[in-house]
Amino acid sequence: MDSSRRGIVYWLLGGGLIGSLASFLYPVIRYMRPPEVAEAAVSEAEVGTVNEFPVNSGKIVRFGSKPVLLVRLGPEDWRAFSGTCTHLDCTVQYQPERQRIWCACHNGVYDLRGRVISGPPPRPLEPFDVHLRDGEVIVAKRA
Amino acid sequence: MAPAAIARIRWWLEDRLGLETVKEFLAHKSVPRHSATMWYYFGGITLFLFGIQVATGILLLLYYRPSPNEAYESVQFIMTQVDFGWLIRSVHSWAANLMILAAFIHMFSVVFLHAYRAPRELTWLTGIVLLGLALGFGFSGYLLPWNTISFFATKVGTDIAADVPLIGPALARFLRGGADVSGGTLTRFFGFHVAVLPGITTLVLLLHLALVQKWNISVPPKVEQEYRQRGQEVPRIPFVPDFILRELMAWYITLAILGVLAALFPWELGEKADPFAPAPAGIRPEWYFLAPFYTLKLIPSRVWFVEGEVLGVICFGLLALAWACLPFWASRRDGTIRTRLVTGAGVLLVSYLAVFSALGYWR
Amino acid sequence: MRPIIAVLLLAAAAAWAQDTCLECHEALEGDLQAPAKAFADDIHRERGFGCADCHGGDPTAMDPEEAMSPAKGFRGAIRRRRIPELCARCHSNPGLMHRYDPQQRVDQLAQYRTSVHGKRLAAGDENVATCVDCHSVHDIRKVKDPLSPVYPLRIVVTCARCHADEKLMAKYNLWATQPEDYKASVHWKALAERGDLSAPSCASCHGNHGATPPQVSSVAAVCGLCHVLQEQFFDKSPHYEAFTELGLSGCVVCHGNHRIEHPTDKMLSIEGGVCGKCHEAGTPAAEIAGRIQGLLQRLSGEMERARAILDEARTAGIEVSEAEIQLVQARDNLLKARVTVHSFDVEAVRKDIDEGLKMAATAYEAGVDALKERDRRRLGLVFSLVAIAVTIIGLWLAIRSREQQTAAPTDAGRG
Repeated sequence: MDSSRRGIVYWLLGGGLIGSLASFLYPVIRYMRPPEVAEAAVSEAEVGTVNEFPVNSGKIVRFGSKPVLLVRLGPEDWRAFSGTCTHLDCTVQYQPERQRIWCACHNGVYDLRGRVISGPPPRPLEPFDVHLRDGEVIVAKRA
Repeated sequence: MAPAAIARIRWWLEDRLGLETVKEFLAHKSVPRHSATMWYYFGGITLFLFGIQVATGILLLLYYRPSPNEAYESVQFIMTQVDFGWLIRSVHSWAANLMILAAFIHMFSVVFLHAYRAPRELTWLTGIVLLGLALGFGFSGYLLPWNTISFFATKVGTDIAADVPLIGPALARFLRGGADVSGGTLTRFFGFHVAVLPGITTLVLLLHLALVQKWNISVPPKVEQEYRQRGQEVPRIPFVPDFILRELMAWYITLAILGVLAALFPWELGEKADPFAPAPAGIRPEWYFLAPFYTLKLIPSRVWFVEGEVLGVICFGLLALAWACLPFWASRRDGTIRTRLVTGAGVLLVSYLAVFSALGYWR
Repeated sequence: MRPIIAVLLLAAAAAWAQDTCLECHEALEGDLQAPAKAFADDIHRERGFGCADCHGGDPTAMDPEEAMSPAKGFRGAIRRRRIPELCARCHSNPGLMHRYDPQQRVDQLAQYRTSVHGKRLAAGDENVATCVDCHSVHDIRKVKDPLSPVYPLRIVVTCARCHADEKLMAKYNLWATQPEDYKASVHWKALAERGDLSAPSCASCHGNHGATPPQVSSVAAVCGLCHVLQEQFFDKSPHYEAFTELGLSGCVVCHGNHRIEHPTDKMLSIEGGVCGKCHEAGTPAAEIAGRIQGLLQRLSGEMERARAILDEARTAGIEVSEAEIQLVQARDNLLKARVTVHSFDVEAVRKDIDEGLKMAATAYEAGVDALKERDRRRLGLVFSLVAIAVTIIGLWLAIRSREQQTAAPTDAGRG
């Protein structure tokens, strides 16, 4: 066995080992770097700044994978409810003139505590908590 | 860097670590070489996969949260938000299954090559303990993603534990951390999976490896006989570098299989467990528990005065005990081995496991 | 002292004495026994009323002649023509009813008199429905009781007893198909399969006591009680005046009245669709219908495309839950557009569709990215496998060279 042949073997072996180790280490090192969002939005989610929500208005915001209706009644009075109507899953909306929550699909009406006032919805809307933190609005699940 | 500097550092390390003795020892270590040598690699493959489990497990620990509110979401987070999280998690799940498969192959090759015989009885016993620990790892780890399948599989599994006579209900309560599978179970299983089982496994594994080291690799009786008749010694290959090269090759082939599985067949996330929903039809445990699971399903609910499931559990317990004591009932007073008996028992066990696992999967 | 006790005992006995009507009739057989047995489930009995409160007579008398004597007010079986007035004796008396339920309505008789049933009964036709035909007679239950014949889930069956009877309906020149048609409708499905008690049944649209078909002008108002936006759009659309002039009822022309099935985009076609019932191909109206249909189908199509690619990505193991939220929002927009259709205004529909198209496009893009990620992963795997293969080849060659070395040790020293 001549040395040139040995050389090829060592090159293959060495190169292969280094290459394969690199292909294992690269994902591991990338994995250890924390992603942009530090954790899954399980119990709370940032939905915007205080200025983005005018008084007496409602907006559908994202909480994880579900819609939440965020209503700002007064400068300090925030309410939040599940945005999915309990009748047939349409997305509800806030009616500023009547100060109530309405579902356009079959005329279901909820009050500002999420309770059903009229129409077909069988259950009230699940309420969420709203916190303010440094001008950011945070919606959180009720414990 | 200057070769002289490297050489100096090498010398310094060898001196301080006393590597001279290690080098001497390794230079003389050898492994028998014959037609059945390839089965020798499965112990190392099992060990390699265990190492992968420890590494990927520690990585998963960086993001996983063991509470019912967050476990599923944290695994989902790993799969979707963390760079290569999908890979680490899929590798961990696949390697778990491959490790248990390798452990079974390793055990059966020891049985058919009769490597359990004196003086290696303790190696066999520690090996059986390690297999049990591996199954414990599998069972506890399965619950951690907190999805529908794993929740109900754990329910079924702990229900079977309750069928152990006398201590059954207490055992089930201990495992579940309460009367039902709940957040308490998750906490407990997490503790078992990342602390208790690794701790015990490390100790037993070190003992197992030390024993393997002490008694070296055994040679199957038939091979020994063959060479004795020819008046020759069983050929051996040096551990360094020959056996290591081959072992490395086995490990790399394992890596290739693992990579293909993890990248092309990523492990599913399923749906978050809902303890109040009814169990979906056709719940079954992972494949390595299928054979006993299906057997229990077949046993009638009452046999004489004993509940069917209790009888089943007792039988499995006795079988496991008998299997653990294999080296003792396999050897005759004069030191020879009942090779035909053991091979027969081994074939029977493999067939039972294979057939009933298949039945459990398709029925 | 003793007489007082005797009187008290007798009074107690009288009070505790079961209604003699029930006592006797329970011991009889057949038709004479049935009412007494059924009365056990009656709400009136629960409230302390007895047979004599409707039939007259003396419920304390043991002698049948006495108990059922006209002198004591016994009326016997009530004639059908007199039933509504009899029930209304109590049920139209607010003072009495509100003692039992302050919210109870007391206008049933007045309503009944406006209904077709009430008018025909007054004209002498005893074949129409009276109180007992719907509410049952001796085992009358509260409407809220699921066993009541007028419980929402059971109203159809109750009305169908007459209204599905072809021979009976033929006498009034009516079809008998309405109950069957209704049972094929989405409203019945909501009621019967989903248990949604808010879904309409016969009484919801026709009224219960004042049962009248809604007049042509008020059908849309009836539907609009739940389908508010559709009615609002319709009223502002060109169809409103046109239908009023033609004497056509708003919603029924396109959706039917009893057999209301789930609407489809195909309804907007001229050929085989609902629009084609009035509009001919080639007219401006047909063009509008075609454009609206095109918009709806376009969004549906885009959503299908996005759905397909997301499914492919998901089966390949890429998590696409973020993108699926976009798709849900697109679905919301499609629903909105299908409501806006009732304005028959292409631009209004286009606005909703465009919103939806944006969502569907985002979802589709996310699907494309997901598939790219899948391909990237496969590429990464290939690279890793190549490195592993090279290593394995290297190992194999090294093993072979070692074997050759040990096989011919004398050569090892050289070279």
